[in-house]
Amino acid sequence: MTTRIVELRRGILKKNDELARGLRERYAAGGVLVLNLVSSPGTGKTSFLERTLRDLKARGARVAALVGDLETDNDARRLAASGAPVRQINTHGICHLDAEMIDKHLAGWEGVELGGLDYLFIENVGNLVCPSSYDLGEGIRVALLSVTEGEDKPLKYPTLFNSADAAVITKMDIAEPCGFDRELALRNINEIRPGIRIFETSAKTGAGMEEWLGYLEEQRAYRDH
Amino acid sequence: MHELSIVSSVVESVTESLEAYPGARVLEVRLRVGALASVVVDSLEFCWGLATEGTALEGSKLVVKTVPVVMHCAKCDADVELESLQSFRCPRCGEPSSDLRQGRELEIDSIEIDDETGVEKTGVKV
Repeated sequence: MTTRIVELRRGILKKNDELARGLRERYAAGGVLVLNLVSSPGTGKTSFLERTLRDLKARGARVAALVGDLETDNDARRLAASGAPVRQINTHGICHLDAEMIDKHLAGWEGVELGGLDYLFIENVGNLVCPSSYDLGEGIRVALLSVTEGEDKPLKYPTLFNSADAAVITKMDIAEPCGFDRELALRNINEIRPGIRIFETSAKTGAGMEEWLGYLEEQRAYRDH
Repeated sequence: MHELSIVSSVVESVTESLEAYPGARVLEVRLRVGALASVVVDSLEFCWGLATEGTALEGSKLVVKTVPVVMHCAKCDADVELESLQSFRCPRCGEPSSDLRQGRELEIDSIEIDDETGVEKTGVKV
């Protein structure tokens, strides 16, 4: 028996990474800022996104959203109420979105061209683990956390929080009855991702939305130059 | 739980590489997995038998090397290894840092094959 070692030194997710690179180039060419929203199930991604789409539209921005779930198009229908084009991605059991799914759903999306958008939001499958491995070519990865989840969520899921570019705390309107320790939550996020921008929001009252929208506009302008 | 997808990608990728070694059997596959790669090593091993069944990798051993997180500390002007994922601060001076230099790897490092023919695609006997 002749045994030999063959050096491969190859990324396991090479195919996804290559596709994501292609997507990133297309987003840049189209002048669209793409955001990948990641959180646990139940954090309020959809409500937060619905409010964001509505508010951005009111400011004259051209927005659209892709929304990932294992099954159902409930979220897409909810988001469509904002008036923005929304397309559902059903993963049928897969716990994350990957670049290929994004590529497929961008193709043949009636009435939506990357070049005709200012912002494209991708709402990932509710999961704080698996989405962190899959680059979707996004410009900004947003980790969301609600006041009902416990302040130590960032410590429990460091891989995701560390890979995020911005963090959003949702449901701030019920922070008090939940006994939410704001200082501790902010400190924990900062321990895992030092210096990250953190937005404290409520989709219900609109609290914190002004700052969040300002950040989006600033990031878009910055990337345009 | 995306370990099965990860393992399936490994099998696919290794199978492609085997085209250069017709008839070869895989004995061992060595991966490098960063501590921040969001992958559970036990789950990879658990899926391995299932994912390799009926392929040239069947019966092979999966060896996973965990790669620790290394961050750059601006204050110490040095690359330092993190001991835990609970705090992204320099273990020497306590300075926080988001400048990571290592720890997200998800790579196939090498494979060990039983190459009876000793023939490569080029046709050269070795």
